[in-house]
Amino acid sequence: MTQATRTIRVGSKNGLHARPAKLFAQAVKDAGIPVTVSKGSGAPVNAASILGVIALGVEYGDYLTLTAEGDSAESVLDTLAELLTTDHDE
Amino acid sequence: MSELRGVGIGLGVAQGPVARMAEPLPAPEDVASALSQDEELARVREAVAGVARELEERGSKAGGAAQEVLEAQAMMAEDPTLDQEVATRVAAGKTGEFAVHDAFATFRDMLAAMGGYLGERAADLDDVAQRVIARLRGLPAPGVPDPGHPFVLVAKDLAPADTALLDLDKVLALVTSEGGPTSHTAILAREKSIVAVVGVAEAPGLADGESVIVDAAKGVVTTQPTADELTQAQNRAEARRNAASAPITPGALADGTAIPLLANLGKPGGAAEAVELGAEGVGLFRTEFLFLSASQAPTVDEQTKAYTELLQTFPGKKVVVRALDAGADKPLAFLNDAHEENPALGLRGLRALRASEDILREQLTALANADKATDADLWVMAPMVSTVEETEYFVTLARDYGIKTAGVMVEVPSSAIMADKVLAIADFASIGTNDLTQYTLAADRLLGSVASFQDPWHPAVLSLVKATADGGAANGKPVGICGEAAADPLLAVVLVGLGAATLSMAPTALADVRASLLQYTRDDAERIAAAALAASDAASARTAAQAAAETPAD
Repeated sequence: MTQATRTIRVGSKNGLHARPAKLFAQAVKDAGIPVTVSKGSGAPVNAASILGVIALGVEYGDYLTLTAEGDSAESVLDTLAELLTTDHDE
Repeated sequence: MSELRGVGIGLGVAQGPVARMAEPLPAPEDVASALSQDEELARVREAVAGVARELEERGSKAGGAAQEVLEAQAMMAEDPTLDQEVATRVAAGKTGEFAVHDAFATFRDMLAAMGGYLGERAADLDDVAQRVIARLRGLPAPGVPDPGHPFVLVAKDLAPADTALLDLDKVLALVTSEGGPTSHTAILAREKSIVAVVGVAEAPGLADGESVIVDAAKGVVTTQPTADELTQAQNRAEARRNAASAPITPGALADGTAIPLLANLGKPGGAAEAVELGAEGVGLFRTEFLFLSASQAPTVDEQTKAYTELLQTFPGKKVVVRALDAGADKPLAFLNDAHEENPALGLRGLRALRASEDILREQLTALANADKATDADLWVMAPMVSTVEETEYFVTLARDYGIKTAGVMVEVPSSAIMADKVLAIADFASIGTNDLTQYTLAADRLLGSVASFQDPWHPAVLSLVKATADGGAANGKPVGICGEAAADPLLAVVLVGLGAATLSMAPTALADVRASLLQYTRDDAERIAAAALAASDAASARTAAQAAAETPAD
């Protein structure tokens, strides 16, 4: 089992509130492997949980650390990192 | 008959039978479950999945932004963290209903504690919990009723999920017991031109099926109306329909005083529709759209093209363009990337432009180019000017680039109080009532918890409007309004009474404001304004203005 970790900076102008949080949690769910997300030095939460993600209160420019477990971990994190660094509110 | 009072949105009047939105279900009691834990959990998961599918279905019917909201709600229903919380409670012997109620409440409280935008998502979560519990109990889901005939919808307030599928052919009017002029219901009513009275404290007393008259112009719901009252309301509704289809005339008071009605626009593409709705020019053209989606500033050529497209639509007419207003709720990476604890009090508006003067210089160059290429009467103003010195800076710079008419936006109390000195320099001022209210009452526009302070009817705001208009009059310079306040038909009369020379608003509000102004002379407007100004809070200012508007002068 491979584990991969990545730290990115959020590019969505309105942070990870309703719409971007939904897109992100949906993408994690679709990926089908366990992914956690943590903000700064905070505790990791299940990234497939829209409520968990919203509750992080992620703002534009915050640093997030993603950890995925599974054979496809690297490619899943590539996709998720791109999603998070793009602005979805325009 | 009896009259229930609230805040009317718009000028309409309608009548019909009441249909009430189903009341929220009472919280489930914490009693021991008679089922096995497996059975309870299976029931909950079936209900959760059912609700999620129903929300998705409603979403795909509604489409657009509503679909996004409903799909997010469906995801919340099936959230794995929530499922775990529910399972823990069921394992402890709770009923499915109580487990759902209690688990959702944990998240709800957490979101509510975060306040602002996230706090508002707490209501979305409440809605999902209610739907799941209703399904577990075999009860109809709370929400918009469908009595099978047109009705007056009575509710506490409308949630986005409710408004998404509202059949506008069936809803004659909206009455809410909660919610103010900036609530979801009010926004929907303005956008769709639905007759609405919000914040009617006694609305919960209205019974299903009883006939009422909903009078938005007066902010009154009449119960047990007489035949005479019904006829009058009918006539007024018809007169208003005729007025809406009547030829569009320039904005004016009953005595003929011209009050040009202008449009607030955010894209050149909206200009044609604004002209159709009778806009006599543009009172506020926001240039942010050119910048917000870009990772770097657009070029002078790109900007020239966009401004030219806009100015071409208004030959010979006034078009007021606002220089880039970034910062606070509209951050721009290339303009100000620094984290600020209080961005509304930070490097925003003209302050941000001044710190990146190249962007301002390029924008002024593009505007001057577009002005030369077209016949519109271009005015340019700076956002959020807070000092006389800033006024001088902007006006001097704009003149250097050949901008003929340079002005400032009054959004900060300091500019309003110093208006005589500001307008000795600037060619004009335009009052942004949303920000002026925010800064006068120290209430963040984006923060739901202080939304009740965000009322432009507050006499403190009205005093500052008057101070600005007086400063304009002392210098022979025009002062206009380009905030949402100008779209409120009665407040528009008050603003004119305080000395505003022009009103600019969302194009859909033009017809109502035009009709409202035509009912009053300048003397009336001044008398109504004085009544509002003498009040001690927003609600009594509104009531005083309404009373003065209904009483003819001696």
